[in-house]
Amino acid sequence: MIPAAFDYEVAESADHAISLLGERGDDAKLLAGGHSLIPMMRYRLATPSVLVDVGRLDELRYIRTGNGTVSIGALTRHSELEHSAALAEACPMLASVAALVGDPAVRHRGTLGGTIAHADPASDLPAAVLALGGTIVAQGSGGSREIAATDFFTGYFESVLADDEMIIEVRVPSGSGGWNYQKFNRRAQDWAIVGVAVAGGGSGVSLVNMGSTPIRASGVEAALAGGASAAEAAAAAADGLEPPDDLNADAEYRSHLARVLTERALNAAGVA
Amino acid sequence: MTVTEEAPGHVGSRRLRKEDPALLTGEAKFIDDLALPGAIWVGVVRSTEAHAHIVGIDGSAALAIDGVNEVLSGEDLAPLWGEGALPCAWPVTPDMKSPAHLPVARGTAKYVGDAVAVVLADSRYAAADGAAAVVVDYEPLPAVVEIEDAVADGAPLVHADLDSNECYTWGLWGDNAPAIDAAFAEAAHVVSERYLQQRLIPAPMEPRGCAAVPSPAGGELTLYSATQIPHILKVMTAVVLGIGENKLRVVAPSVGGGFGCKLNVYAEEILCSALAMQRGAPVRWTEGRAEAAVSTIQGRGQVQHIELAADADGKVTAVRVKLLADMGAYLQLVTPGVPLLGGFLYHGCYDIPNYMFECTSVFTNRTPTDAYRGAGRPEATYAVERAMDALAESVGVSPEEIRARNFIGADAFPYESAAGLVFDSGDYQAVLDKAVALADVDGRRAEQAQRRASGSSKRIGVGFSSYVEMCGLAPSRVLASLDYGAGGWEAATVRISPTCKVQVVTGSTPHGQGHETCWSMIVADQLGVDPDDVEVLHSDTAVSPTGLDTYGSRSLAVGGTAVYMATEKVIDKARAIAAHQLEASEDDLEFSGGVFRVRGTPDAEVPLAGIAFAAFTAHDLPDGMEPNLEAHVTYDPPNFTFPNGTHIATVEVDTDTGDVDLIDYVAVDDCGVQINPLVVEGQVHGGILQGAAQALYEDAVYNSDGQLVSANLGDYLVPSAAEAPRYRLDSHATPSPTNPMGVKGVGEAGTIAAAPAVINAVVDALRDLGVTDVAMPASPQTVWRAIADAQGGAS
Repeated sequence: MIPAAFDYEVAESADHAISLLGERGDDAKLLAGGHSLIPMMRYRLATPSVLVDVGRLDELRYIRTGNGTVSIGALTRHSELEHSAALAEACPMLASVAALVGDPAVRHRGTLGGTIAHADPASDLPAAVLALGGTIVAQGSGGSREIAATDFFTGYFESVLADDEMIIEVRVPSGSGGWNYQKFNRRAQDWAIVGVAVAGGGSGVSLVNMGSTPIRASGVEAALAGGASAAEAAAAAADGLEPPDDLNADAEYRSHLARVLTERALNAAGVA
Repeated sequence: MTVTEEAPGHVGSRRLRKEDPALLTGEAKFIDDLALPGAIWVGVVRSTEAHAHIVGIDGSAALAIDGVNEVLSGEDLAPLWGEGALPCAWPVTPDMKSPAHLPVARGTAKYVGDAVAVVLADSRYAAADGAAAVVVDYEPLPAVVEIEDAVADGAPLVHADLDSNECYTWGLWGDNAPAIDAAFAEAAHVVSERYLQQRLIPAPMEPRGCAAVPSPAGGELTLYSATQIPHILKVMTAVVLGIGENKLRVVAPSVGGGFGCKLNVYAEEILCSALAMQRGAPVRWTEGRAEAAVSTIQGRGQVQHIELAADADGKVTAVRVKLLADMGAYLQLVTPGVPLLGGFLYHGCYDIPNYMFECTSVFTNRTPTDAYRGAGRPEATYAVERAMDALAESVGVSPEEIRARNFIGADAFPYESAAGLVFDSGDYQAVLDKAVALADVDGRRAEQAQRRASGSSKRIGVGFSSYVEMCGLAPSRVLASLDYGAGGWEAATVRISPTCKVQVVTGSTPHGQGHETCWSMIVADQLGVDPDDVEVLHSDTAVSPTGLDTYGSRSLAVGGTAVYMATEKVIDKARAIAAHQLEASEDDLEFSGGVFRVRGTPDAEVPLAGIAFAAFTAHDLPDGMEPNLEAHVTYDPPNFTFPNGTHIATVEVDTDTGDVDLIDYVAVDDCGVQINPLVVEGQVHGGILQGAAQALYEDAVYNSDGQLVSANLGDYLVPSAAEAPRYRLDSHATPSPTNPMGVKGVGEAGTIAAAPAVINAVVDALRDLGVTDVAMPASPQTVWRAIADAQGGAS
């Protein structure tokens, strides 16, 4: 539980962080809340040679609403999402999902940009942003770019972010529509064994921990668009997926949970 | 309304713990808080193979790390202890196999986590880096992982020098076998069940750690350790390493929980002690959380076969138990004895005339097992309470009715059990009746029926667990009959200072229980002083040289009784001085509220404070009396104590997902007289959650290669406060006649009772779906599969 040795740099600005990432190559990692990265380092599953601490970049802690969009600074803590009156008004689903991440200690340290960059298929907020049709704004040495959430996640803990890019902002459309999030786990603090996010009355459905990335349940969305009932659409929740096997759930049980939870989420989101 | 004013005693009040300010402010010092400049830090290289020859150990990469000074193999270290083994104090049979157990393995690694080399470094960080950099070349050998595989024909041998994996077979039936056979032959109902007790990882808040500090001159050694047993550790370390006991001091600083896993003598304690003596420098080691999962003992690990024979009314006539118990790769301090502690209790709290228990213990290529909260008694209670529910189903009566028909009657105490124990006191039916009312069992059953009728996917289940346990370990002569290598007494010294402050020295060793508070309350009531004027010293063999430490819910019944008796002795001496001062007969004196008075003579009185000062000055004491008020007592209990109770768990099971929600938990316990109900409730709350954890969450999962898969707290599911049920507690005290305070013990009761209550509730919820058993832990997947299997295949 002692991490391997590493250097530590404090970023004074996003530009500074990006330049440090450029200098130190792919062994550098950004440190935000640290509640995913540091446990991996303690188990020596991650051994970055340098941590670039962006946790003090308060200019990236904000929630702005307007023009049909909610813009959230990457360093905004989960607890700030959870307790923001503006977010509760503009995107209640994101506020609600943030309240289910880990435990209070995790939510007071963890950041929205951090959890999305970490790209853990078992995390709650990436799937919520995916279901909401969000956009990730990334900045690198070559400038900034906007990436649709649907294009962001590429594999297990992997994304399209370049080694010298960092997430600056996350945008989601205002108004969640008919929404619901089902998180199934054994202990309150745990990752979801399976989670289902429904937004926009079923126009956006995504799954947690059902593959190597947060996944849009395209079969469910297509069935609903074709006029299927919630129960009929939910039956397709696990179609074509290769969910993981672990101590909590094998693939067969996960697929079953995905179907049950999808139907529950759709019903709770007002889809009959 | 008038309130009668009486001097309220402290015993029985919900007094806040005097230990807590230091714990809550971080002032308390744990092992890793000790500042030891110049200490050598030990990093342990642990086997990544369940069973393998150690072909080579390459420390070159480790030695290249700044701050890493030495890499030592088991061969290198052998001169420190020769063939000397880590001790096992409980050879339960004369022919028990006890393989040599070295602190660092030589030649062969026998479980994942077995120490195979050590790194000596300047810091904990360098030690960890160094240990990670040592390259060990293994030649894998076939591993024995599961208990039943260990006794299969052609099983690989865990210890090549032994002819089988069987450690011992121990039985308890005397000449009763024909009567038992007859009982089963004549039975109207026979229940035959097989249960698995999964392995559990104790996971106290503070992992282990130790630091051995030699004196600059004189050859003395002080061993600091996060241990439950400084006194036993001292004797064992002295014997194993040949250090004179007069040269050795063992100190347990603040200890963050143990649950039995710190009731041991570990490799690292011997290693650090031996190296410190050799190097003349402090040597220390702090366990990591992931390391603890494989390097600290685990609990449970049994395959249980239990059979009940009953007449047509469900009155049980015989119980027959055959157990396979997993010792792991080696025997730790009391490993072999753990199944025996349950071996006397497989008849539960029932009057069963015929009893047979047999345990075969086996070696496997896994971390050694040993005592874990309850130690044998949770396993026994689980088996008999699950089997009683199966019997109720067979007879066609309710769980509470089958229990009522079989309870030992309240008028039967002292009750001699078929297993040979004498139960002290209890009223099991009254306890159960209280629990049934508190849990609103009738209301829950109505709700259960309504949900079943409506086809709801949220099923209600109510589960019972009536338990009795033996604690107050233990009469020394009984331990002798079980071949245990020590006695079961406890020691206490009570001193009153010139200014009438009280010093209690106890041989009990708290690590979270609240001894300081409770001992103070007891003594304060006896002496008529304020509990805050009582200090309690413990856990340091230089301060408290005599003791047998804390485990098995023994502290209050044995250690607390010793304190009580020592205080009585002090009062006796004070009374003699008071009589001398008041020129009265001792028989004419009464003592209450801290004042001696001559009966019937107003104003003829002297306070304890005056006597304390007189005893100190010694100017005018009775002829021949020694100065000072001080007494020492070593108390050897005449019997165990037998706490008991009935717990009722109510669950809601989601049949679509298999999720179990523990929605209500009622516990009515008889732990005898309660010193501090707040402390009792804390023990019961934590105990219940630890038992419910076995039922629903925790499982040390090994794969077929012998790798511990659930080695971190993300995969090994220790429940948190968020998973705790709503606790509703009550009590029904029948004072134990075994000791003067009438106390029994409560440290393990919740853990002993909870697992069968929860699983019986899950099965009750699903019985109409055809489910008769659900394995522990009843994870959602396990429950979902049990439903699917009962319904005739996967959904």
